[in-house]
Amino acid sequence: MPPESSRDLARDREWSASMAAAQNGDRAAYERLLREILPFLRALAARQHRVPDRIEDVVQDVLLTVHRVRHTYDPARPFSHWLAAIARRRSIDALRRRGRTEAAEVSDEKAYETFADPRAKDDREARDRAGGLGAAISSLPRGQREALELLKLRQLSLAEASRESGKSVASLKVSVHRAIRALRAKFMGGER
Amino acid sequence: MSGATERLIERLAADAEPVGRLRAPALRAALWLLAVAAVGGIVIAGFSDLDVFARRAQDPKLVVEMIATLATGIAAVLAAFELSLPDRAAGWTWLPLPPLAVWIATSGYSCYRHWIAFGPDGWELGESTDCFRFILSVSVPLGITLMLLLRQARPLAPVRVAAVGGLGVAAIAACLLQFFHPFDVTVIDLSVHAVAVAIVISVSSLWARWSERRGEEAARP
Repeated sequence: MPPESSRDLARDREWSASMAAAQNGDRAAYERLLREILPFLRALAARQHRVPDRIEDVVQDVLLTVHRVRHTYDPARPFSHWLAAIARRRSIDALRRRGRTEAAEVSDEKAYETFADPRAKDDREARDRAGGLGAAISSLPRGQREALELLKLRQLSLAEASRESGKSVASLKVSVHRAIRALRAKFMGGER
Repeated sequence: MSGATERLIERLAADAEPVGRLRAPALRAALWLLAVAAVGGIVIAGFSDLDVFARRAQDPKLVVEMIATLATGIAAVLAAFELSLPDRAAGWTWLPLPPLAVWIATSGYSCYRHWIAFGPDGWELGESTDCFRFILSVSVPLGITLMLLLRQARPLAPVRVAAVGGLGVAAIAACLLQFFHPFDVTVIDLSVHAVAVAIVISVSSLWARWSERRGEEAARP
């Protein structure tokens, strides 16, 4: 999205100068820039995604990418153009990932309801199950266990988990998917 | 602002070491091409039979074919450097196509002429296996150095960049091949060249896809 109005142009020049300073190691300018571009990024992401959480995931992905490729920005060129190109790419990647995930998973709203059978609410049984679950989680390969802990137990976002573990968002998704499939196979005998 | 995004910005800012800006893509492409030209010139001067080449170069068709091959290589390498940056138009992908069309047309015409002149013998396998090995073995060092340079930009579409770069490398290898190729190509030779070029492009693309999947540095600020 190239800058259009004179206000956009002024804003673009400001962002461009902040990024040039950030490339030289000015952390304050960089932090200010990342905050200022958030509404722009959210507006771009909202064109392709409706769910607020998903928009925020895309925005975080864009921020991580901006950080990773910040050496490719040429201050002689429009900053918004560079930023919008990254945002569009990440947004499309998120759509593709969503397509792949939805093709592989099923959603069952009733699964969240408690069971009609009172025995299912029995504390002891729940404790036994929790113990078994703990043991099953410990038996998972390290990568899967780590992904499960970060994303499901600590409920970090993908971007946060990715930063903490040093693994890519895509590999975390694969690991957590495999972990859940392994646990499901263990407790439900392979049922979906 | 969501708390997670807020924390992410703080962490990214804390991690903002100074970075060296990449030079203009055209300059980077030119430097790589000059280095290849220098090494290629030494190899040609040292190992090719320039007298044979001079005789063959009297054929204007060969000259047109070589210019088209070289232009394909230069255009594809320049396009790959441009495409490796986030804000460059995807239209750069098509830059090498016009010289590529001329290259294919002139090689095809050469095969046809050869076939008319020699009849069924024109279909024989010439020195194709040597050409095949030549294109692949020259492409490996060229390809590795080019891909390492292209990866400096951490391209957002690595497979496209690698495919276009692979075309450039294969075209340059095919151009160098002309200095060590003292005969016209047959249809089979041309197919073998095409297969070698396709292999170089596929291997480059697969490598890019594989490293993208691994995404080892993808989330590491």
